[in-house]
Amino acid sequence: MDYEVVIGMEVHVELKTESKAFCGCSTAFGAAPNTHVCPVCLGLPGVLPVLNRKAVEHAVRVGLALGCEISAFSKFDRKNYFYPDMPKNYQISQYDKPLTSTGRLPILVDGAIREIRIRRAHLEEDAGKLLHLDDGTTGVDFNRAGVPLLEIVSEPDLHSADEAVEYLLRLKTLLEYLGVSDCNMEEGSMRCEANVDVRPTGGGPIGDIVEIKNVASITGVKRAIEFEFERQRDLLEMGGTVKRETRRWNPDSARTTVMRTKELAHDYRYFPEPDLVPVVLDRETIERMRETLPELPLARQLRYMNEHGLSEYDSGVLTAQQAAADFYESCARLYGQPKVVCNWVMGELFRLMKERRVGFDTLQVTPTALVDMLKLIDNGTISGTIGKTVIEAMFATGLPPDRIVVDRGLMQISDTAELEKTITAVLEANSKPVADYRGGNEKTFGFLVGQVMRATKGKANPKLVNELLRKALDTGGE
Amino acid sequence: MSLLEQSLSDAAKAVRAGTVSSTELTRAALDAIERLDPTLRAYISVDADGALARAAQLDARRGKGEPLGLLGGVPVAIKDNMVVRGGATTCASRILDGFVSPYDATVIERLREAGAVFLGKTNMDEFAMGSSTENSAVAATRNPWDTGRVPGGSSGGSAAAVAARMAFGALGSDTGGSIRQPASFCGVTGLKPTYGRVSRYGLVAFASSLDQIGTFSRDGRDAALLLGAIAGHDPRDSTSVKETVPDYGAALDGGVAGLRVGMPAEYFGEGISAETEQAVRAAIAKLNDLGAEVVEVSLPHLDYAVATYYIICTAEASSNLARYDGVRYGRRLDGEGVHDMYRASREAGFGAEVKRRILLGTYVLSAGYYDAYYLKALKVRTLIKADFDRAFEHVDCIAAPTSPTTAFRLGEKLDDPLTMYLLDIYTISVNLAGLPGISVPCGFDQAGLPIGLQLIGKPFDEPTLLRAAHAYQQATDWQRRVPPIVDGGA
Repeated sequence: MDYEVVIGMEVHVELKTESKAFCGCSTAFGAAPNTHVCPVCLGLPGVLPVLNRKAVEHAVRVGLALGCEISAFSKFDRKNYFYPDMPKNYQISQYDKPLTSTGRLPILVDGAIREIRIRRAHLEEDAGKLLHLDDGTTGVDFNRAGVPLLEIVSEPDLHSADEAVEYLLRLKTLLEYLGVSDCNMEEGSMRCEANVDVRPTGGGPIGDIVEIKNVASITGVKRAIEFEFERQRDLLEMGGTVKRETRRWNPDSARTTVMRTKELAHDYRYFPEPDLVPVVLDRETIERMRETLPELPLARQLRYMNEHGLSEYDSGVLTAQQAAADFYESCARLYGQPKVVCNWVMGELFRLMKERRVGFDTLQVTPTALVDMLKLIDNGTISGTIGKTVIEAMFATGLPPDRIVVDRGLMQISDTAELEKTITAVLEANSKPVADYRGGNEKTFGFLVGQVMRATKGKANPKLVNELLRKALDTGGE
Repeated sequence: MSLLEQSLSDAAKAVRAGTVSSTELTRAALDAIERLDPTLRAYISVDADGALARAAQLDARRGKGEPLGLLGGVPVAIKDNMVVRGGATTCASRILDGFVSPYDATVIERLREAGAVFLGKTNMDEFAMGSSTENSAVAATRNPWDTGRVPGGSSGGSAAAVAARMAFGALGSDTGGSIRQPASFCGVTGLKPTYGRVSRYGLVAFASSLDQIGTFSRDGRDAALLLGAIAGHDPRDSTSVKETVPDYGAALDGGVAGLRVGMPAEYFGEGISAETEQAVRAAIAKLNDLGAEVVEVSLPHLDYAVATYYIICTAEASSNLARYDGVRYGRRLDGEGVHDMYRASREAGFGAEVKRRILLGTYVLSAGYYDAYYLKALKVRTLIKADFDRAFEHVDCIAAPTSPTTAFRLGEKLDDPLTMYLLDIYTISVNLAGLPGISVPCGFDQAGLPIGLQLIGKPFDEPTLLRAAHAYQQATDWQRRVPPIVDGGA
């Protein structure tokens, strides 16, 4: 029997706000433990939460970008559970009236768009962090307690680990475009839980779902789902049943292990948070926010495919990062010939950025400079090969390309007399290949071109070299 | 003794005029505390040094001709569920042993601004849960009129302190009658403002949607003064309202002529003592004599108020009190692992009444019971609010007894929580509806115990309540009577 997997994702992202969800403390990552805390986020006796408007705005922007309904009236609830890193022993969250619901996230699967339904995206506060110390005791760092979180819950619309990965990458890109989160999984600002159910292909009701908690990387999600698919399939094939339980992914052993079973499921005793008033948004505000949304990554990718003639792969890479797409697009606008721009950006520029670990925020090459360099190639000032040298110098110094070309004497040699002199020297130094060529071995021609280019440090006009070399070889033998 | 006989308003005036110093007033109050409090146990902690230092500072300011604020250096007491920076706040619970607040409650900031001197923190039922101040982990406070009786609760310490002239005024909190009922039992004026009128920031929460800070004072004039000092919007409390604060002092005068006073038939039925009923009816007749028109009104959902209240307040309390787990502050007991540590700390830290309410609240919020209890209670709460809305279409305020009986004996009802809960029947619905209410002394029973008249107002209409209270107190003198213990009697 064949089996299929049905996956729903729950993604928590920390929203990029200056201050926490319910107090004025900083949300900056990496500070010394318990330095970004106040009576409110520590839940001291007598404190009250005050909602951060910016967190609501971010959540609404995400909702709008996901095509969700934005609630004109939403409220906060308390989710009660005891945990040492929860200062109040309840979490302020949204239960039955979330800020946004019923949307979709389009993903590209085998070149076709598939819409993954979004059940809801709601606001809540993050908890603190337990620090297990060397002496065997446990400390709590509350810096993270109260940082605004957006929980984005999908419907069980994903059918493979690869689709889940595509969903996460698409979501991550979207959130980065909206500027609402860093989505940094290492720093914990994006955290995933996958609900995985395996069943015989072609239907059957959704069985008992296994929840895989807090996987720390996208690769981890992929491997955890793959492991879970095999585990559940093997269980079913042996006539067993899958229990509803929560499992933890262990990257070292590459397995999931039981965290808690249904018997221990929590009763969170949700009830409306009495310390906060409901969030009321009028239609006008929502519409105004809709107008400020940027062009979303998938739309941008499709535009590059349709209007710029780029491949799915190229357009996908360029739009995965908003800054990369912005850079590419500025160049393309200044230069035309999007495919040429794409090749240079994805080729030389990305290679250098990756090698030297430079991001767009510190990149010294401007779109204008890159385009100026391309024009130098077009007007014959430099060759394409030299272009690579020039871009490397631009990358290191931030100087304009024409200045680099002049300073380093990289102008293309198109002087016939000078080239002829070099060719003569090359022919003299390579009598064997010359004889081979004249003996009918066409292949050695390329070698001789290379020798000329080398002798001129790549500056020779390749077209002219070809022409002159051919002439010299064809006539010189007489 | 004469220094302490005067009202807060008069004392503040005297300090401003320079006829008495803040230090003299403070010292007199501290002397009274030293003399009476070993018997009455109204205070949990007294900050004599802090109070005298503050008084000296205010006197120095006055000496330089600087303004002292509305309260002019007069000493007051604070219920021990409001936090004061650098000082202990215990809520009369062992679980907060050793907790020192790093911040001031908004009301504390505002009272400081107004030039108050803080004498100390007053006793209460643990986490404000109770109607007698017997549920305190520290001691049971005694009623100044009869030390064999309770002062009422949960703000019994504040009520007793003001009644026994151990403070010129005090702050309390009222979740289901916890200001008005002890005010009634102790023969002082207790005001619970509209929900949202006074910031709750820094008030240790019992039931957030019902809790409100209010005042204890000798009379309506002092209540107006204190309320004016603490009222107003606070950006740190989302439920505090952006309404402007009226001049409560100016609102006192004008009498009650033409005022329509509602008398709810349901408040004079079963359970009320004959003496209480008689005194309250006489007080309402007095308002009538003064020119008010008395109209019968009906609040038909009164019978459901107590049940509704105990579902909502225990639900919220079970959640609000979850933070006391021994992890970050307060009392911690060892245990095997974290859950055992929680269990041991909470078992030892909370008293019986608090545990009872946490269990009840956990139960009514549990999956499967939520709809039957909590959700139903919210619906009844709406009906109770609607009762008042309907009544206020016809009247300007409602007059009723504050409590069905006068102060009962210590221990008399301690083993019967349900009977105790029923004693709040006349005050609870005001909290469920979020309305302002005031209790003023309106007589004494055969045993010499005070009886309270409760006036209930429209939202944010504290001025009408204060005006009616003031008019009544101008025409009577119940509020001037002093418990015998104050002069060395009893």
